[in-house]
Amino acid sequence: MKKLSSIAGLLLALATSSPGAAELLNASFDVARPFYKSYNTAFAAEWKRRSGSEPTLNVSHGGSSKQARAVIDGLEADVVTMNSPLDIDAIAASGLLAKDWQTRLPQASSPSWSTILFIVRKGNPKGIRDWSDLVKPGVKLVIPNPKTSGNGRYSYLAAWQYAKTRPGGNDDAAKAFVSKLFANVPVLDTGGRGATTTFAQRGVGDVLLTFENEIALIREEFAKDGFEVVVPSLTVRADNPVAVVDKVAAKHGSTELARAYLEYHYSPEAQALFAANGVRPADDKVLKANAARFPAVNVFTVEQGFGSWAQAQSVHFSDGGLFDQLFAKK
Amino acid sequence: MPGLTPTLGFTLFYLGMIVLIPLAGVFFKASGLGFAGLWKVITSERVLAALSLSFGAAAIAAVLNAIFGAIVAWVFVRYEFPGKRLFDAFIDLPFALPTAVAGIALTALYSENGWIGSVLAHAGIKVAYTPLGIIVAMTFIGLPFVVRTVEPVLREVERDLEEAAATLGARRWQTVLRVIAPAVFPSLVTGFALSFARAVGEYGSVIFIAGNFPMVSEIAPLLIIIKLEEFDYKGATAVAATMLVLSFLLLLTINLLQAWVRRRV
Repeated sequence: MKKLSSIAGLLLALATSSPGAAELLNASFDVARPFYKSYNTAFAAEWKRRSGSEPTLNVSHGGSSKQARAVIDGLEADVVTMNSPLDIDAIAASGLLAKDWQTRLPQASSPSWSTILFIVRKGNPKGIRDWSDLVKPGVKLVIPNPKTSGNGRYSYLAAWQYAKTRPGGNDDAAKAFVSKLFANVPVLDTGGRGATTTFAQRGVGDVLLTFENEIALIREEFAKDGFEVVVPSLTVRADNPVAVVDKVAAKHGSTELARAYLEYHYSPEAQALFAANGVRPADDKVLKANAARFPAVNVFTVEQGFGSWAQAQSVHFSDGGLFDQLFAKK
Repeated sequence: MPGLTPTLGFTLFYLGMIVLIPLAGVFFKASGLGFAGLWKVITSERVLAALSLSFGAAAIAAVLNAIFGAIVAWVFVRYEFPGKRLFDAFIDLPFALPTAVAGIALTALYSENGWIGSVLAHAGIKVAYTPLGIIVAMTFIGLPFVVRTVEPVLREVERDLEEAAATLGARRWQTVLRVIAPAVFPSLVTGFALSFARAVGEYGSVIFIAGNFPMVSEIAPLLIIIKLEEFDYKGATAVAATMLVLSFLLLLTINLLQAWVRRRV
């Protein structure tokens, strides 16, 4: 029996590769794919300069929460790079990493961020300038489902905060506002990319609410359609947080590599790479240097507007929460 | 009976590994809610709406498929026409096509700027992003089940019997009703059941065309995904378990009905 288990152990060791070879798996979200392609090349060169050997860097992409679930269910990712702190909190809740992960790296462990903007059809025929224009009768807007997508969640929260902080605004006014807003939504796609297809290819709606980097991609991909960007008077800061999955990294002996991999996100080279990929770098100097690409926005964070992500989640997006109430039978 | 023990053993083992153990996992996880918790999840307004939409739309789609699939099978068996083999191969495409591709293609066709959708829009009919779109997608993916179950049986129905019926003075409708229909009916029921079962669980093609509005066009499998997104594993398995039980009961009823019909024929 002992012999058998030692053979099994050997096989396992062979299968998972020896601790000496520097290898790392990054579980990331869908839209980060082009960024990590260039980032991994840059970091591999940097790590080789430091340690003398080339690391193997693997990335798995998928919907952010889907990736978080995969890690919780046993995907052995050494690091996670997500588009919402909520997803890393969920991994922390399962005990795979420390609950105070946000304090470990600068800017609440978020080396980059994006924001929700509007994209409208050529010439902006409905004259959409701000959130208040979205609730007008006859305006149709496309927002992905807040229950299944980060874009949708941020859009909803930004609309809420706009209505709440308007002169004379409060929670009740905000509730009425988002209720009117979602009454103008003809389709709730499950993901951000689905919403893009609905708006750009199916021709549904006058305006699409999505992440700035997705908007940049749409304008490039559908250049002939002449879509235009609208920057509302207030919007939300959507941090893209990163964290080492402590238990997995310790098991793989990759903690040092994993930490260096995340820290390098804050280097000037990586910050410039973020900007080149349409994501706002956390470093304000780099952001200002790319001002042509990133218009000035008046942003709030989810923590400022809603206390914490956990609170926003439980009040608005949990089962039977405020978002569900919008659709309950009156 | 010789060989019964190994064959029965193999069947049970195989069924257990492939079907029963994974499904038992669903019930095990859902049982973590307790009976009261489970009941609360599945009787919530939204879950009930999603379940009735999924099962209702699947039933309509299966009925459509049973009617038109039978006609298609009839045409394939009884008539020769140019390109028959090619059309025959087309029938199986919904089996092979990745469901997301089907969903995107159907949405492109039926949305208001699509080929079919723009024509229907003039008549004031909206298909994409309404429950009607869900039925369209479910009909698309379910068609081959009916055609492929009815076709071989229809081929076996001997022309001699029909001719005999005719010489004995039966009118054409009597022959169809009394001779052909009883022979084909059990296979039609099987096709209906398969098409229905597939449509109930369909996710990939439906979410693109459905619109996904809570209480209106939100199918039960999407609700499962939504619960998973909330990291609510128990709630998700509760809905899944409910769908399993309902599907099982319906399929069992259909099977019993079929056996009863066979005995009468």
